[in-house]
Amino acid sequence: MTETPPAPAADRGRLSSLTRLWPFARPYRGLVALTFVGALLATLTQLVIPLVTEAVVDGPIADGDRAGLVPLLALALGFGIAEAALFFLRRWAMNISSLQIERDLRDTLYQRLQRLPIAFHEGWSSGQLLSRATSDVSTIRRFVGFGGVFLVVNLVTCVVVGALLLLTCWPLGVAVLVTTVPLTFFGVRWEGRYNAQSRQVQDQYGDLATDVEEAVQGIRVVKSLGRSGLVFSRYDRKAVRLRRLELEKVRTLALIWCLFEFHPQITLAVLLVGGALAVSSGALTVGGLVGFIALFTVLLWPILSLGFLLAQAQETASACDRIGELLDAPLTVTDRPGVRPQPVGTPARLRFEHVRFGFPGAGGPVLTDVDLDVDLDVAPGETVALVGATGSGKTTMTALVARLLDVTGGRVTLDGHDIRDLPLVQLRTVVATAFEEATLFSMSVRENVTLGRPDAGDDQVAEALRVAQADFVHDLPWGLDTRIGEQGLSLSGGQRQRLALARAVLGRPSVLVLDDPLSALDVHTEALVEQALRDVLAQTTALVVAHRASTVLLADRVALLEGGRITAVGRHTDLLAEVPAYRALLSSDSELAGTAERDR
Amino acid sequence: MTSSGTAAPVTTASGAPDPVVGPVDVHADWRGVAGEDAEEVSASGSSFLRGRSRRLLGELLRPHRRALWALLCVILVQNAAWLAGPLLVGIGIDHAVPALLAEPADPWPLVWTTAAMVAAAALDTGLRYVFLVGSGRVGQAVLLALRRRVFRHVQQLPLAFHERYTSGKTISRLTSDVEALAELVDEGLDGLLTALSSVLAIGVVLLVLDLPLGLVALLGFPLLLVLGRWFQRRSTVAYRRTRQTIAALIVQFTETFGGIRAVQAFRREPRNDELHAALNEENRRAQHEAFWLIAVVVPAVTMIGNLVTVAVLGYGALRVMDGDLAVGVLVSFLLYLRRFFDPLQDIAMFYNSYQSAGAALEKLSGVLEERSGVPDPVDPQPLPHPVSGEVVFDDVRFGYGGAPVLPRLDLVVPAGQTVALVGATGAGKSTLARLTARFYDPVEGQVRLDGVPLDRIADADLRRAVVMVTQEGFLFSGSIADNIAFGRPTATRAEVEEAARAIGADAFVQALPEGYDTDVAQRGGRLSAGQRQLVGFARAFLADPAVLVLDEATSSLDVPSEVLVQRALQTLLADRTAIIIAHRLSTVEIADRVLVMEAGRVVEDGSPAELVAGTGRFADLHRAWADSLV
Repeated sequence: MTETPPAPAADRGRLSSLTRLWPFARPYRGLVALTFVGALLATLTQLVIPLVTEAVVDGPIADGDRAGLVPLLALALGFGIAEAALFFLRRWAMNISSLQIERDLRDTLYQRLQRLPIAFHEGWSSGQLLSRATSDVSTIRRFVGFGGVFLVVNLVTCVVVGALLLLTCWPLGVAVLVTTVPLTFFGVRWEGRYNAQSRQVQDQYGDLATDVEEAVQGIRVVKSLGRSGLVFSRYDRKAVRLRRLELEKVRTLALIWCLFEFHPQITLAVLLVGGALAVSSGALTVGGLVGFIALFTVLLWPILSLGFLLAQAQETASACDRIGELLDAPLTVTDRPGVRPQPVGTPARLRFEHVRFGFPGAGGPVLTDVDLDVDLDVAPGETVALVGATGSGKTTMTALVARLLDVTGGRVTLDGHDIRDLPLVQLRTVVATAFEEATLFSMSVRENVTLGRPDAGDDQVAEALRVAQADFVHDLPWGLDTRIGEQGLSLSGGQRQRLALARAVLGRPSVLVLDDPLSALDVHTEALVEQALRDVLAQTTALVVAHRASTVLLADRVALLEGGRITAVGRHTDLLAEVPAYRALLSSDSELAGTAERDR
Repeated sequence: MTSSGTAAPVTTASGAPDPVVGPVDVHADWRGVAGEDAEEVSASGSSFLRGRSRRLLGELLRPHRRALWALLCVILVQNAAWLAGPLLVGIGIDHAVPALLAEPADPWPLVWTTAAMVAAAALDTGLRYVFLVGSGRVGQAVLLALRRRVFRHVQQLPLAFHERYTSGKTISRLTSDVEALAELVDEGLDGLLTALSSVLAIGVVLLVLDLPLGLVALLGFPLLLVLGRWFQRRSTVAYRRTRQTIAALIVQFTETFGGIRAVQAFRREPRNDELHAALNEENRRAQHEAFWLIAVVVPAVTMIGNLVTVAVLGYGALRVMDGDLAVGVLVSFLLYLRRFFDPLQDIAMFYNSYQSAGAALEKLSGVLEERSGVPDPVDPQPLPHPVSGEVVFDDVRFGYGGAPVLPRLDLVVPAGQTVALVGATGAGKSTLARLTARFYDPVEGQVRLDGVPLDRIADADLRRAVVMVTQEGFLFSGSIADNIAFGRPTATRAEVEEAARAIGADAFVQALPEGYDTDVAQRGGRLSAGQRQLVGFARAFLADPAVLVLDEATSSLDVPSEVLVQRALQTLLADRTAIIIAHRLSTVEIADRVLVMEAGRVVEDGSPAELVAGTGRFADLHRAWADSLV
């Protein structure tokens, strides 16, 4: 199951989450205000027509005054035109503001997510992130652009018309007020339930999106094993659950809707009885009763709409909570206050000083299954290979250099400066990393290679491609300008790895971190890359994760990592001769070849 | 659209032209997703796309015909009950109040009227509930059907489609586009049926209440029709655009967070901010364009309504003064008139949602129209039991979009043989592997398994017999055990652990916080590339196929793991056919036979020992490799 961090219980069922939107609405407060004014005025102009009706019935009709009709009709016409104009004004202002708020919110969310630490991203499925950036942001836009405005306008309408009703005939007005008590009681209850249900539905959307992503991105595995049926049934279970949750939500909404629909009709019946009694007692004229009832019918729609507008507000509140969870996630890997660029040479000295990584005390290590505790000094220009069994902490160690992860104890230094005293931008400029998995983006080959150094010249790019033996790119249909598919799917594993390597060596970084950079290359290409890489490594400080002897031979020294500790450091041949654990890790190639021969 | 070097070989096979569509011939090349990114869509192209999405909507709604009719009846009765309110108030004022004022006062008309109003309100509310729940049920059923259909279809489309279309776009089809339809279902169906029935019912009531006044009220209609036409034309284009812009946003989003390590390590954030902001702004503009149209339409409807109301008020007042009309009738008429125009706004809003969903349906129907380049055979031929695993390439030619990769290949892999493929990148090794697993069909010639052409074998049978393990080792959310069981979902826990032990993955799995139950999507469950490859291997081990294809499946393993895997392979491959692509010659050593490939041709063929002893390329490679060893 994917992780869906539950909303803090205190946040559930609270419309107060909506206040989160204020910073985003603030820049457009003029337009938002215009929207409210437009909507309010339009609603007020709507009141004029019933009033004119009353005036016509009590005035010209009662008096048979045809001429008196004309100014009243002109009045009605004028207000009718004004209403339409105000409508337009409102929608126009609403479109501009709500769409801009949506855009700003999505930009903010994206920017924030990009800067959240890797540790955060490993705990969140990308489907949840996606559904928050799309569906939840759209839900908010719909509310800002429609529901929110009308919720306020209709509430104001109810208050204003309620006051008018009280003024027109207070006993009937009081009767109307009394009827709102049960309405409020049930309304509050059901809206709370609706909020919880919409949160569930939205979370389920995220889970479904995660399944979609996995099914699409893992399509090769699915197809290789012929497991479309299994993947479909996983998805289907979630889709069916979504339907069930949606139907529960529909039922609650139906209850709310019915409540708010039933209420004004019953009130109308109450008014008829009360009004008739008032007329018979002489407290009210027939025209007065007609006017009162006409005035009340103005409230039919505002009351009815309150039901689903409040529901929409609940839905938006839970969307705000979901987005808030992301915006509130702490930016743990950031610049310390007052950091300024430090002089870092090329090549630089890289030291791991009593570096610890892990989360002791929180129920064991969290990010990896290894508790790192290392000391290592890499001299300027030196290349050190990290060798260790799977899960010994090699990749974690490489991630610490560019602060993709932050140490939990000790420090990593470059030329004596704690890397946390360097601005992130500088650190990640002087340190270049090639990851275990070659991540390419759907843009041109050139953009992929110059990812970290967009200002690199053609000759630098050509040089990097040469080192990585990635000259195959010149044979692509548009050469360096060929767009490679998302994740470089249309390139082979070896080709992707070579481009990722070219990206890392481009511009001769002060420190080069390579995580098993040659794993997907064939022997021939590997030999060529090694040869070219030697020149690069001679001029830079490098940390290279190595799984095989051929890669280790690139290094000046080797550090053996066992269970998060460095147990031996030395030259390859020395370690091979003196450290059995090292020999076991690297020299079994020939041993196996021997076994294979014997078996045959 | 990406213009990657390797274009898909077969993507849109043209099915039989559908007679329902008009200009099929003109837009034949628009089948599937081909016309998707066309900036300018001609009028006939537009109607082609609209027709296609309408057809899809029709297919989705067809199973619910009865329910929809029933809901229509419910909503008609409910509306009648809702409309009775004002009518009863009118009656109350015209009859019950005078009766109360009369001497002697008669309270009964008032009692009856009030009772009728309460009954009408109860009926209205009850039916409203039935309708809301009922239409929710239909709507959710339609969405579920659509989700199932698109998901299943996308799963079945060939790799070539996925590589060309990119996962971000597919994801946006399956999420954002389906949600656009959900919006229509949420707001639309209910609003439309209510509004339509209200408009029809009130129209009738208006005409019955007073014919001349009713005719005046209907004067607004021609104007409304003109308005509707204008809106339809413009919004179709506008919403089509929004589907593209939101998909572009989703692509940007999924790529960024799929590669977040590289993004952060190479300080791509500011540039990504710019790209995202630009796409986001483009999406805003596209939406603004669409929303602007509705911002014009709704006030225009109001305007028409108000003009008609004033006309009715004036004309009605004159008629009352002439004594042709009761005051109560005029009051009721005006009340109804308001209820006549309010739903028209709802219809406009529904139409708006419909246009938006229609644009999404265009995209979805395009994806649904894509035909698999490697379709399941109509009359599959059974494989022998048990499958022995002889693979034959008979005069096979293959290329991606014109460039030949395998010019002409004849190859017989006898049952039980382990074949290693060696050669430089682009020599055609992976292509050969993919053809064996029928990810593609050859352009010419045949690939046969136990004498049966692959394209005649039912997909389920083929996948049972042939399994391919690639280097990526993709993990699905769930536990490690779930991920291994992916190879054979019916496997017991003991079998899963046995498979992991056999390929040497047991040790690292046991070391995880919760062993086999560790969730790979959770913190602590993150596996290294090598560990994921081991899981991939365990899957294949569990799947137990007759033919195993390994495409660089061991590239990220460290040496001890590789040794374990190779020991396991020797047992595993003893009685089955295997095609192995490996860059480590240590893996090649376990093969019975080595094929050295170059430019799609087999240039050396023999046992590892023979080739090493010879003077060919393999001997050179082997020497280089042996030198690199310690």
